[in-house]
Amino acid sequence: MESTAIALENDQDIVVARGEVRTLAAAIGFRSLDQTRLATVASELARNIVKYASRGQMIAQPTRSPHGREGLRLIFEDDGPGIANVEAAMTDGFSTSKGMGKGLPGSRRLVDEFTIDSAPGRGTRITVVRWL
Amino acid sequence: MSGAQRIPILKVGRVLVVPIQTDMDDQTVVHLQERILSELERTRARGVLIDISLLEMVDSFIGRMLSDIASMARIMDARTVVVGIQPAVAITLVELGLELSGVSTVLNVDEGIKLLRDEFDIEEREDDELFWGELNLLGEHGHRA
Repeated sequence: MESTAIALENDQDIVVARGEVRTLAAAIGFRSLDQTRLATVASELARNIVKYASRGQMIAQPTRSPHGREGLRLIFEDDGPGIANVEAAMTDGFSTSKGMGKGLPGSRRLVDEFTIDSAPGRGTRITVVRWL
Repeated sequence: MSGAQRIPILKVGRVLVVPIQTDMDDQTVVHLQERILSELERTRARGVLIDISLLEMVDSFIGRMLSDIASMARIMDARTVVVGIQPAVAITLVELGLELSGVSTVLNVDEGIKLLRDEFDIEEREDDELFWGELNLLGEHGHRA
């Protein structure tokens, strides 16, 4: 399966992103609970981009581990302001806007792998993977 | 920007029934919250029943909307019940760290209506007792005077 890129600029794009992720997850063979987890992660991270960076994109890639395990990788990238304190942003309860601080730490709990690369003025790239 | 989708709000007796049958964008979520509150004021309904059985995902934004509606409705003297959370949605909400504080949840619409009715009945009985209690008190005062 090929990877899909979705531009993220407004509320509607967030809905499109989570819908696309659910469809891809179902096609890969994820059960309903994992489809919901992945769609929820997509919604949280896509919203972060629209809210904090104004625009960016999500890339959804069906993937396979070196051991042949199938999975879905989602990459969220933007050229926004970046995150000054990544460690704090990954802590429950931390938020710079009215997000109640659930987004990043909550999303990390819904996937198997979560990596974040960000610095002030350099934008943000978050990569998550869930294995089948 | 999309126009907000129109989610129906139905008045059934003293309850506002809100069947959410489609995935909502954030703008629709915000509008829905405002519309429920203005309908509460307009109709003087005492309960809000939000059916989310068709929602395949509740993220932190929608979850917060549900909590906020419950708190605001409470201030307007109405109770809120959320009906039909799918198991996958419930598990994901907990993992995400959302508690839906202040929101009562039940499995189906019948139970939701029953829960709200029971609450109304208890409140009405308490109101009645308070009313008659005050009358008695007045009576006693009157007698004493």
